[in-house]
Amino acid sequence: MALPARWQQKLEAADPAEEIMQLQMGPSHPASHGTVKFNLKLDGEHIADCDVEVGYLHRAFEKMCEQGTWTQCFPYTDRLNYASPVINNVGFALAVEKLCDVEVTERCKYLRVIMSEVSRITDHLTCLGMAAAEAGAQTVAFYTLEARELLYDLVEAVTGARLTVTWCRVGGLAHDLPDDFNDRLANALKNLDSVLSDCDQLLSRNRVFIDRMSGVGMLSSADAISYGITGPLLRATGVAHDLRKADPYLVYDRFDFEIPTGKHGDNYDRFNVRFREMHQSKRIIEQAMEHLPDGPVMIDDPRLVLPPKERVYNSIEGLMNHFKIIMEGIKVPAGEVYQAVEGANGELGFYVVSDGSGRPYRVRVRPPCFIAMGALNKILIGHMIADIITTFGMLNMIGGECDR
Amino acid sequence: MLTDKLKQRFGADILDSHSEHGNDTIVVGRERALDIMRALRDEADFGFEFLIDVTAVDRLGREPRFDVVYHLKSMSCGHRLRVKVMVPEGDAWVSSMTALWKSADWLERECYDMFGIDFRGHPDLRRILLYDSFKGHPLRKDYPYQQRHPIVPETDPIVNPLHPSR
Repeated sequence: MALPARWQQKLEAADPAEEIMQLQMGPSHPASHGTVKFNLKLDGEHIADCDVEVGYLHRAFEKMCEQGTWTQCFPYTDRLNYASPVINNVGFALAVEKLCDVEVTERCKYLRVIMSEVSRITDHLTCLGMAAAEAGAQTVAFYTLEARELLYDLVEAVTGARLTVTWCRVGGLAHDLPDDFNDRLANALKNLDSVLSDCDQLLSRNRVFIDRMSGVGMLSSADAISYGITGPLLRATGVAHDLRKADPYLVYDRFDFEIPTGKHGDNYDRFNVRFREMHQSKRIIEQAMEHLPDGPVMIDDPRLVLPPKERVYNSIEGLMNHFKIIMEGIKVPAGEVYQAVEGANGELGFYVVSDGSGRPYRVRVRPPCFIAMGALNKILIGHMIADIITTFGMLNMIGGECDR
Repeated sequence: MLTDKLKQRFGADILDSHSEHGNDTIVVGRERALDIMRALRDEADFGFEFLIDVTAVDRLGREPRFDVVYHLKSMSCGHRLRVKVMVPEGDAWVSSMTALWKSADWLERECYDMFGIDFRGHPDLRRILLYDSFKGHPLRKDYPYQQRHPIVPETDPIVNPLHPSR
């Protein structure tokens, strides 16, 4: 990539004092949460060029999915965006269900929505807390971590794990809500409210914070679209596009919520959009809890769903059914499907191809962070080196998803 | 129907089409792919302002071996489209879409990295998730998933820049 003319001259300058300096920042930099390397060309403290190197956390997600059965992919999807694992689970399950041509139960749809929104809040809390801490506001990080912990407790009570949830199955969910879920949720949301209002007071009108964030890392909406950026980063540029409204999946069309947008597409707008989205997620959770229907969380289809243990141990048919599903995997009809869900960072898409056997032929995930990172070079050029930290923080690169 | 509209507009350039599971899909030849994609982006009927994804599927045993798969999305018209280009193994190239969408830059680099498909006209086609001395393209079906690689010796990136052109 050619440098802008004024830096090209400097690069060729004979005088060492005028020289462009090369700096390798990362891959393990204390002020960036995530393993990524910036190969910088610096003019003083200004960034003349920035080559972003990703891939340090690559663990062959797509290749490994081809080795096991369809159900065995769920634990891998947990580890994509580990700040909001339920959304990954839901996206993959929806893709496979579309391929199998099955529809999950009403209760399952509502539960998937509720837990997706809880995950979206934990993701945004992680992003905002860490970004604030890296900008020097350490207190906010501890506040958001406290709120996140309450929600993780909730996730743990429902799924059995904080991050590695593996909660969805093809055709439904691994288990229903625990008995005391309502109380736990009410408690968590009440505490979340007070934390959010504390953070709002600490940051939203904080002079230092605004100076670090406002006007930094601007991206126009035309550029954002060309770079394929979706989610909060696109909405910060003023485009009100959200898959939950534009292309509703599950039961999102039944809820009343707004799409927060920004104006300038700078870091402060990104912060603001994420912050307001948490309130909207909370609204969705409350509405979904109000209308939560009763009933099973799994469909009744012996081709896809494991039989109850009672049948496995007491009847030969049940045992055979169990054995076939575990050893051979569920048989997904041959075909291909692309299913996108609104992840916490943007459009999270799963393109799955089946050849009709019990194993996926190809699983491709469309990772929103990876695509946002592709625009980082464009966003950073001309800014100062300290702006890398805040911009990178607001892009919310999650290594597990970016590098797969 | 989007596929009917596309067939009307592009005629014989569309080699095949289907709408399985509500996903409209067309198959086009690689020589015409760039022009068709430009029309898909620019013409108001289609308005695909997003190149959402670029990937490939290795159909080992079929000729041509690879499908290069593009996913497009239109925010203004609210539709999506999958465009497939088939490429043979010995001569695996397609035109780069970097001139049309900037998202193609990293997505095509990843596809090159994983499948070894040459995106002609890409300004900076090099590996992205894996390292430069990596041998092979791991998402090809004939690449064993347990393949091991030697540890890369440490080098000083200032003395020996990895990408001297940059």
